[in-house]
Amino acid sequence: MTHPTPSTTQPLSLFHGPILRRALVEAGRKLNPLHQLRNPVMFTVWIGSALTTLLWIQALGGHGEARPGFILAIALWLWFTLLFANFAEAMAEGRGKAQADSLRRSRQDVGAKRLKDKVPGRDWEAVGAAALRVGDLVLVEAGDTIPGDGEVVEGVASVNEAAITGESAPVIRESGGDRSAVTGGTQVLSDWIVVRITSNPGETFLDRMIAMVEGAKRQKTPNEIALDILLAALTIIFLLATATLLPYSIYSVRAAGQGSPVTITVLVALLVCLIPTTIGGLLSAIGIAGMDRMVQANVIATSGRAVEAAGDVDVLLLDKTGTITLGNREAVALLPVAGVDPDRLADAAQLASLADETPEGRSVVVLAKERYGLRERDLRTLGARFVPFSAQTRMSGVDLGGREIRKGAVDAIEAYVTGRGGHFPEALRSEVDAISRAGGTPLVVAESQGGTARALGAIQLKDIVKGGIKERFAELRQMGIKTVMITGDNPLTAAAIAAEAGVDDFLAQATPEAKLKLIREYQAGGRLVAMTGDGTNDAPALAQADVAVAMNSGTQAAKEAGNMVDLDSNPTKLIEIVRIGKQLLMTRGSLTTFSIANDVAKYFAIIPAAFVMTYPQLGILNVMGLHSPESAILSAVIFNALIIVCLIPLALRGVAYQPLGASTVLRRNLALYGLGGLLVPFLGIKLIDLILVATRLA
Amino acid sequence: MTFNSLLQFAAVLGVLLLLARPLGEYMGRVLEREAVFLDPLVKPLERGLYRLAGIEAEDRMDWKGYALAVLVFSGVGLVALLALFRTQHLLPFNPQRQPPLPWGVALNTALSFVTNTNWQAYAGESTMSHLTQMLGLTVQNFLSAAKGIAVLAALARGLRRRKATNLGSFWVDLTRITLYILLPLSMLFAVVLIALGVVQTLGPNPVATLLSPIQGVDGKPVLHQVLAVGPVASQEAIKILGTNGGGFFNSNSAHPFENPSALSSLLQVLGILLIPASLCFSFGRMVRDRRQGLALLSAMTLLFLMALGALHWAEQRGNPALRGLPVTQVLADQPGAEHPGGNLEGKESRFGITGTTLYATATTGTSCGAVNGMHDSFTPLGGLVTLLLMQLGEVVFGGVGSGLYTMLVFAILAVFMAGLMVGRTPEYLGKKIEAFETKMASLVILIPAASVLVGTALAVLLPAALASLSNPGAHGFSEALYAFSSASNNNGSAFAGLGANTPFYNSATGIAMLLGRFGTLLPVLAIAGSLASKKRTPPGPGTLPTHGPLFVVMLVAVVLLVGALTFLPALALGPIAEHLALRG
Repeated sequence: MTHPTPSTTQPLSLFHGPILRRALVEAGRKLNPLHQLRNPVMFTVWIGSALTTLLWIQALGGHGEARPGFILAIALWLWFTLLFANFAEAMAEGRGKAQADSLRRSRQDVGAKRLKDKVPGRDWEAVGAAALRVGDLVLVEAGDTIPGDGEVVEGVASVNEAAITGESAPVIRESGGDRSAVTGGTQVLSDWIVVRITSNPGETFLDRMIAMVEGAKRQKTPNEIALDILLAALTIIFLLATATLLPYSIYSVRAAGQGSPVTITVLVALLVCLIPTTIGGLLSAIGIAGMDRMVQANVIATSGRAVEAAGDVDVLLLDKTGTITLGNREAVALLPVAGVDPDRLADAAQLASLADETPEGRSVVVLAKERYGLRERDLRTLGARFVPFSAQTRMSGVDLGGREIRKGAVDAIEAYVTGRGGHFPEALRSEVDAISRAGGTPLVVAESQGGTARALGAIQLKDIVKGGIKERFAELRQMGIKTVMITGDNPLTAAAIAAEAGVDDFLAQATPEAKLKLIREYQAGGRLVAMTGDGTNDAPALAQADVAVAMNSGTQAAKEAGNMVDLDSNPTKLIEIVRIGKQLLMTRGSLTTFSIANDVAKYFAIIPAAFVMTYPQLGILNVMGLHSPESAILSAVIFNALIIVCLIPLALRGVAYQPLGASTVLRRNLALYGLGGLLVPFLGIKLIDLILVATRLA
Repeated sequence: MTFNSLLQFAAVLGVLLLLARPLGEYMGRVLEREAVFLDPLVKPLERGLYRLAGIEAEDRMDWKGYALAVLVFSGVGLVALLALFRTQHLLPFNPQRQPPLPWGVALNTALSFVTNTNWQAYAGESTMSHLTQMLGLTVQNFLSAAKGIAVLAALARGLRRRKATNLGSFWVDLTRITLYILLPLSMLFAVVLIALGVVQTLGPNPVATLLSPIQGVDGKPVLHQVLAVGPVASQEAIKILGTNGGGFFNSNSAHPFENPSALSSLLQVLGILLIPASLCFSFGRMVRDRRQGLALLSAMTLLFLMALGALHWAEQRGNPALRGLPVTQVLADQPGAEHPGGNLEGKESRFGITGTTLYATATTGTSCGAVNGMHDSFTPLGGLVTLLLMQLGEVVFGGVGSGLYTMLVFAILAVFMAGLMVGRTPEYLGKKIEAFETKMASLVILIPAASVLVGTALAVLLPAALASLSNPGAHGFSEALYAFSSASNNNGSAFAGLGANTPFYNSATGIAMLLGRFGTLLPVLAIAGSLASKKRTPPGPGTLPTHGPLFVVMLVAVVLLVGALTFLPALALGPIAEHLALRG
């Protein structure tokens, strides 16, 4: 099997050659009226195009309502309008397909070693991956491709998940715990595992991912449906406004005694110009492109609905560790009790930590070296015995002959000291409280020699808040999104870190139940809640949250409960997801406004052109000074078609987005797309008219 | 614009805005069933009525129940009116011995008064008995107005309540609105009108001897004139306050017995705008956010000022066709050289251009439809303003209740567009606007617009209908367009040139009035029901505020854009073509 180069990490250029070519073919194929039925606006254009084509054929026979050349030009540009809209959709789909293809390559039917009788062991039979069903056990050894989604029930192995995540560094998958889920199509690099299959062929994570990015199963999202209804209503209004123009015109011709009633061709042209074809033609492309942007951010959403909901999120629940702070705490200071030489505390702290392989332990050694110039020593040459941390003692340390050094949590050390006839100084206790209040975690170091113990001082451990995170939270606040930090720390520590990171609120000593309860409370208050999670115990909260992003490194249960999976397993991604969701809605809204604002200019082009023969005085409404009625109508239709093409890049990329308050964003977008939409067509239609005249096409 | 005009406009609007707040607060209390100062007087009556009708004051209705009650009640009203019209010759208080109404005009008029349109295909003084006027028309004036306010109250409750189905009781709303709001205000206003010279009597029409006899149509000299009188003031008050507009006399408030002086005319304008404007404050109170009501009122006032300015400008400017002729249309207000200028055709000299344009703006911007001058005689551009005010959906203060609930539908549409543009699922007052609300809001816009466009198309296409147009050409087109704009938006005023009492117009406008009233009222109740069942999202910096100037401007733009885009082609073939032709 070849290793697919994942395209998910390399964004395609907007007009990628092969996609462009395929989209052109697709655009033609989508002219099928059955395909157009899904979209009332474009279906109306289809009917109009067919009708004008028939009128052209009639005109060729010499009984036409207008010059055949004119009717043909209108008919052709109406078909082009449809083709351009189809092309936009095909472009968006093409980009998704390109991504799906690269995913599909990793789904080639691979062999599986199915364990007989579903009992762990080494007695297997060779079957195709397609034959696997839920509950089967398969053995996967070094070099094998994992045949389907499942859970490791036995063994531990390093797995290359590049096919899914694009990340080439192998990850460890082992039975039990939060790292037991494996994905079909990934490859075991070393060791072996026994996997229980959890999804049938065709329903695996990879299959769902492919379906999502292809847009094959794309369902309209709630906002899209609402917008569709509005666009359909506008189409009906304009249909009525143009259809009734025929009787109005017949009456006017009779009343004025001159001119002739408006032709069907002109009415169809007017109708197509007025109905919101710009947004109607780009609507599905915008939706597909939104999903596509998610994929490019390495997030797979299980539905478009989730992407849209991301834009509405009011509250973000963020795990402290890994999202707000770097995973590890660091020792930042040593605080000796009165009467103890700082070097002695440093010496004891270093000795107690030399064999402690936790990041905290190592940071103490680093601190002792940098601050106190203590070199690392070898415990064995000292003849020391390492006393590891245990849940009972909640201390670790070393025994050096008769000397014992211990470090640990305050209450554990206090018990140790007082139990050995020592005295735990009050000053140390207040020192320790001060550290907690400042967001740190205190460790106390004590030593005992000759049976009496005494406390030497405290080590201040501190969470390291990620750089730049405070600014991102400020951005979120401006967007109206509240951030809540979730942590297992005590409230004092949590409050200090919350203040340093600039989150709005925190939940300290969080349990899965407390998390779930918090989400429910926010939701009861009408808020939409987003969260990330990876562990099985996160699953209930993930299922409850409106936008739930599961880490790809997490358990199968977490992934099933969430409605998005972050392939990079980066909890900060939530912020990106919100941005993409908002951008999706903004693009739709802005283009709708643009589309409707365009109509004003189109009226000024077509109304005088259609009625100037009946009421010559209406010529004054031809403010653009268009050359002739025919050129005016044609220019409006051409503009209407070309604007779709011009806006494809905007539809695919999304409108520019800045994290600002709602009023500011509205003012900007109104000025840009509302006012712009009012003015641009005046210029565009005039320009097209000038070109038509210059090229003697009209 | 002269100082005099400005003073009149400012006085009316100033007093209006001054009165709107206390009245709005009071009406809010009435709708929320809180204690009000009229309780000692009215409460026993209210209780008695409930007992009589077997209504529980604590009744709850979901939106379907509420809608059904409105429909049943309107149906009963329709039948009662028809019965009265057809039997008035057998009933008392008919001093002029008016015969029963023919079926066509009877049905049209019944529909007209039940739908708060008060389109009049008949001449009141020569058709209706006093009993019909009082027991039929005046009663419906009260009830159709109360229905509009009740539906608004249901919508406000839908916006306010969360996860609820109960929109209140229609029967209780109807009773309270009538007893606590419409009746006391009408009594007060009727007395004022009587004091100003509006007639009020149940006696027969007096006969006056003419000072100088005139030649009759049969060639004989006419020596006497019958002066039509009746219980005018009592009907006039609710005609104005309930934005009904159906006049006792055929010439409506241009008639000196209905509207005797410039002062009574200004007071009528104030009366027309009073309840619609005040309801904005009631709404703000009901949804617990006064700024929301204020924003809606600002949008309405802005639209009103724009329309008033345009209409007054068009009329004061005069008729462009007269330019170059020895006619002076220029205003001169220096002592000794006084001349009103402008287009005075169809205007009562006691009101002048200022009094007439103010009245016309108020009556077409609300769905009142009373007139103190002939809109048919306005300049084409002036006529266009009155046409457009109706075509916008009657939201420039609008009908009592209906104006505000239609404006709220526009607000929902504006919020929808704005919400998408800021990247959030649109919300209005914390309620998410989703597919169902969009669908219903679209219907509210679509149904009256369709009725106007299709009705006008039939009117200019069918030979039977064409005979009604008294003017050929673009102006005739405007007459037909005006008729259907008026009927479909439940205004009820007419371009006077139209012969409206024909089988075509009676049936077509009847259908248009029904569509215009219930085609908007029912979707609005559906929206209320759907919104009531939703959660309420508390506002935050990410939600779009719907009370700032930005939103007011956006709302005004949406109202204007929807109206203009729908009706521009029709207007181009009517008043615009006519105006450009006059300009030559």
